[in-house]
Amino acid sequence: MRKITYREALREALREEMRRDSAVFLLGEDIGRYWGGAFKVTDGLAEEFGDARVRDTPISESAIVGAAVGAAITGMRPVAEIMFGDLTALAMDQIANQAAKIRYMFGGQAKCPLVVRTPFGAGVNIASHHSQSLEAWFMHVPGLHVAVPSTPYDAKGLLKSAIRGCDPVFFCEHKLLYPVEGEVPEEEYTVPFGVADVKREGVDVTVVATLYMVHKALESAKKLEGEGVSVEVVDLRTLAPLDKQAIVKSVKKTGRVVIVSEDCKTGGVSGEIAAVVAEEALDYLDAPVKRVAEPDTPIPFSPPLEQYVIPDEKAIIKAVKAVV
Amino acid sequence: MYRKILTIRLFEEKVYELYGQNLVPGTIHLYAGEEAIAVGVCSNLEKTDYITSTHRGHGHCIAKGADLKRTMAEILGKKTGYCKGKGGSMHIADFSIGMLGATAVVGAGLPIALGAGLSIKLRGTSQLVACFFGEGASNQGTFHESLNMASTWKLPVVFVCENNLYAMGTRQSLAMNIENIADRAAAYGIPGKVVDGNDVLAVHEAANEAVTRARRGEGPTLIECKTYRRKGHSRVDPAKYRPKKEVEEWMSRDPIGRFKDRLLQANSLTKTEISQIENEVAAEIEAAVKFAMESPYPAPEEALEDVYAQEEK
Repeated sequence: MRKITYREALREALREEMRRDSAVFLLGEDIGRYWGGAFKVTDGLAEEFGDARVRDTPISESAIVGAAVGAAITGMRPVAEIMFGDLTALAMDQIANQAAKIRYMFGGQAKCPLVVRTPFGAGVNIASHHSQSLEAWFMHVPGLHVAVPSTPYDAKGLLKSAIRGCDPVFFCEHKLLYPVEGEVPEEEYTVPFGVADVKREGVDVTVVATLYMVHKALESAKKLEGEGVSVEVVDLRTLAPLDKQAIVKSVKKTGRVVIVSEDCKTGGVSGEIAAVVAEEALDYLDAPVKRVAEPDTPIPFSPPLEQYVIPDEKAIIKAVKAVV
Repeated sequence: MYRKILTIRLFEEKVYELYGQNLVPGTIHLYAGEEAIAVGVCSNLEKTDYITSTHRGHGHCIAKGADLKRTMAEILGKKTGYCKGKGGSMHIADFSIGMLGATAVVGAGLPIALGAGLSIKLRGTSQLVACFFGEGASNQGTFHESLNMASTWKLPVVFVCENNLYAMGTRQSLAMNIENIADRAAAYGIPGKVVDGNDVLAVHEAANEAVTRARRGEGPTLIECKTYRRKGHSRVDPAKYRPKKEVEEWMSRDPIGRFKDRLLQANSLTKTEISQIENEVAAEIEAAVKFAMESPYPAPEEALEDVYAQEEK
């Protein structure tokens, strides 16, 4: 099968959906013909679809998402880009109070089919305002769907589902994943929300991960295999809906679970998954739940500082060994 | 227009009365005193045009053509209300008449109106959006972001600032160093117009100009309507921060009485016709109250519905 990058996979999803449905349009800062997106995801799309549908905006995050809400409830399917995940804080009212609640508050009258795409993740030395992982904020908001794809295949399939759906989707990407290659079929497909994917089968320990951490979990699993430990890697793919069944199913099989997430440990994704295990699979556990997450600090700049806070393979391997 | 303006007043008086009888859960923000604005603006709109509204939104709904029964039922939290009891007084919407809903976050409706305007432009229809907000909202960042973008993209949006002089209890002079919000239009390169918000014909005329400009594709206008709440900010507010003399002065400029006098003077309506309208409106409101009172509350577990649309396109 052909291989393309995560970035190209996202671009293909946007291009195919824009060709398929004239209601789909893009808006965001520097996404148009002059820059093509800070991470080049939208590069070339303005040339094909024009400046009206690939719309550069002023630096106004709240109005970018608000405009997407207003357009979505009046028949369009906007895809808004927020240049860095940290900057979603500027648009939080429009995401959490407007997009997420507009259907519910109005008794189901509104359909709000919009996508907000943004990159999270540390590792490129751009410090505290451009590096944090804030997925947990959004999985805490009823009314939103949250995607966290780790591969080009999932990124393309989930983005197509997100654009075609009828609800607001918060679509998390990861800066380090953009150049990562993976197999993506040329033919049409979508990936449904709420269905996790077992990226590697194993019998001894379940490692639950998302986004870039899936790759670190897979590398760790490879190394642990040499030491006789069989690791199963469950990639959640979406945090809302959360595929609880897949987590429970894997834990039933292995009896041990390590949760790996790039966000801060306190109040984060890993805590929610640990709670699911505690509520629904406690009887199957042969060892305590372990979490590998960032410490509760902002992301620092200097490379040795930054590397210190990002969960790495060493930490994952240590956690796995602690439970087997 | 007289019928509409009167309907809003009598509706709000009835809501106030029901609140006093403990029949309205939560709080209410009455539009009484500001009726001329919603009616003056919406009298220029088609059913397919959009409006966005605020926590003080009953008047916007009625002016856009919402059904009184379903509006009253929503305020009472009933299943037959516009939002099946999920929204209440601060969140009424009727998408079938282009009423895109009331948001209770001050200033949050402006970007949504911007988006509806963008949608119109992309779809190439002749619709437009009227965006209602208060002078307090004009101090939010969303005001700046939305007017700037709407102007840059020449979107068909009419921004209607209802300046009732107080953001909750904070007098305008404590929150900004200008007298006219309309002056801010200059910062976006769009027309800004101050109008007597208690004069329905003046509002109608100003809105007509803005609507014409928007439909011609020339972009947004900021209209500032000077007005005054007849009551406090919300039901619990006796509005003691307003000087007595100021209150008296504004009460003498009440939009309903002024419009009625003008209609009579111009022989547009006779006294008999006016009292006939008044009787009809009162009966309509009584029917709305009866409908709302007799309607059931939603079943508690309906709280779990309408979070997601779910179904695929």
